[in-house]
Amino acid sequence: MTLETSPEVESRVVDKQLALVSVEDVTKHFPIGAGLLGGGSAVRAVDGVSFEVRAGETLGLVGESGCGKSTLGRVIAQLHPATSGKVIFQGQDLVPMRGEKLRRMRQELQMIFQDPYASLNPRMTVGEIIGEPLKNFGLARGKERSNRVHEVMRTCGLNPNFLNRYPHEFSGGQRQRIGIARALVLNPTFIVADEPISALDVSIQAQIVNLMEDLQNRFKLTYLFIAHDLSVVRHLSDRVAVMYLGKIMEIADSHSIYENPLHPYTKALLSSIPIPDPDLEAKRQPILLQGEIPSPVNPPSGCRFHTRCPIAQFPICSEQVPPLESKVDGHLAACHFAGQL
Amino acid sequence: MAPLLQVEDLKTHFHLRDGVVKAVDGITFHVDKGETVGIVGESGSGKSITSLSIMRLVPEPGRIVHGRILFGANGQPKDVVKMTDEEIRDFRGSDVSMIFQDPMTSLNPVLRIGFQVREAMSAHDRFSDEQSKSRVVPLLKKVRIPGAADRTKAFPHQFSGGMRQRVMIAMGLSNEPSLLIADEPTTALDVTVQAQIIELLRDLNREMGTAIILITHNLAVVASICTRVIVMYAGRIVEEGYTRDIFKNPQHPYTWSLLRSMPRLDAARHSKLLTISGLPPDMSNPPPGCKFHPRCRFRVDRCLEEEPPLGEVGPNQFARCWVLMRNALVTQPEKAAAAEVPIPPLTAEPAQIDQRSEPDRPGAVKA
Repeated sequence: MTLETSPEVESRVVDKQLALVSVEDVTKHFPIGAGLLGGGSAVRAVDGVSFEVRAGETLGLVGESGCGKSTLGRVIAQLHPATSGKVIFQGQDLVPMRGEKLRRMRQELQMIFQDPYASLNPRMTVGEIIGEPLKNFGLARGKERSNRVHEVMRTCGLNPNFLNRYPHEFSGGQRQRIGIARALVLNPTFIVADEPISALDVSIQAQIVNLMEDLQNRFKLTYLFIAHDLSVVRHLSDRVAVMYLGKIMEIADSHSIYENPLHPYTKALLSSIPIPDPDLEAKRQPILLQGEIPSPVNPPSGCRFHTRCPIAQFPICSEQVPPLESKVDGHLAACHFAGQL
Repeated sequence: MAPLLQVEDLKTHFHLRDGVVKAVDGITFHVDKGETVGIVGESGSGKSITSLSIMRLVPEPGRIVHGRILFGANGQPKDVVKMTDEEIRDFRGSDVSMIFQDPMTSLNPVLRIGFQVREAMSAHDRFSDEQSKSRVVPLLKKVRIPGAADRTKAFPHQFSGGMRQRVMIAMGLSNEPSLLIADEPTTALDVTVQAQIIELLRDLNREMGTAIILITHNLAVVASICTRVIVMYAGRIVEEGYTRDIFKNPQHPYTWSLLRSMPRLDAARHSKLLTISGLPPDMSNPPPGCKFHPRCRFRVDRCLEEEPPLGEVGPNQFARCWVLMRNALVTQPEKAAAAEVPIPPLTAEPAQIDQRSEPDRPGAVKA
């Protein structure tokens, strides 16, 4: 029996209305400077975020560095414990889960990392790396395990003859395939991919993007795809969430977010991206934001974006936090003046 | 008019124990006064070694083994390769300056920003100490650092990534060089900051007439700022021409494929991206014939044995290929069709733009 025809994959539903993962008011604060005199503050990396990832979809999570997108991905994958809030996966809240129970859940929930050089143990062979999750979960042994490893390697475009080689013998793109194979071998339902292609060369990025799409179709996978490259996110995602300074600013289906962004931040972000076409480039009018992302230790009051926002009005924007609410059918934005830029 | 920079048959090789790596192997190109030229390529294509060769900063055990690098538009151009140590010190930073990808490692963490900008000028004779001192704040203003006068006392760690890159640009321009080489200047930055830096480079090119060589792997950045593009692969130039021709009518299969392998912000979700199979060649043991043939979907027998020359394929457009895309699209239409991904224009406008010939961007000096 191959992975593809396994009952787990057969029984998996793809229903892009049904929530597979619900994130409810999640916060993640990293305390800093707490000393003898108490006090101390915190980096509010993720600060009250709610959304859902639907069965079989790819949700793109975008934002600039420091916006908290990677932290959020890790909190959802339970690599960081959330400070508060709920992460409901298959009807169960993962946040209070500990020990063996949580470990069992991890089978269903895997992660792919950004840096294919740092995320593979250099002293293990490829076969050991990909087979290790099976060993950890006692899922397959001996011949069965090696068959499964062979199958997953082939699925991910790796030659199974390279089973006994070490990571340093592979290029960046192939290493990323190893990282994907390792996540896939447990036959998970949900994969959090944190910038899986940003460390790769342009001609290799397309190979990995296509592989991820192919795997999604064959194994009915659900992805949370974290990236700063909005072009790739548009290519891959069914829906997109835009994060800024620990909060979600806008979330909608891919088409409406790119064609009709409602939040001024999303609009500025999209307008800053160059397009590989000199004619379109000559016409593009980037909305240049002033300054850079403020510190998450002490985020601005009210709307976090008001310090850089070209349409901010005072005092409302600096005093009232705009709720993330539906503006037009299912298109959510957190802005007092959504759609006015 | 003589070009500002003329690189002729430049070869920069690395002699290693296991053989010779021909990182740059016979490239010829020029940059005119005030022009913005993009050099595009993947890692290992030789684009960075090309720029380091121009600065004579090739790391050991690399050597410029052949060729000339002529610099200077008026009078007698000087050959950078033959300059004495004294001359090269004068040339660097004063005639040509360079900014790098990582602005943190390029600044000294224990010296104040103002001092570092002034030091860039004191290293050369163009300005007196008094002048250097008075130029610091205007330079920082020119690169749009807010509160420039107060921030000269700051240390690099007090600046964000984008601000540090601005400081690097200020230092690079402090001696009013006629050429600025920017090696991946926005790669480490966020998109909104990238947009600010690109805008800044474009304005400086317009205001000061400084020619720019932009080295990048990002074709979109090239489209936004460069008038001409040089595409490198495996130490060679595989295609060269005006930006618009290269993007609209690429003739080398590598350029053609690269443009189709990138997801675009203006294209909706579609089925597959074109992939360029395989990997860039191992430069210590490159394939025979055309260096791109193992990955090329349009190759013919000749490509396996004989390396094509960089031939003229149109007005001011050159490509190193036996097949050329305009022929491949006719003779091998099924392969082209299999590779072609439709890019449905979603916005109403793009379709009708553009009968303009050359983008009339600043610095568009026609050859």
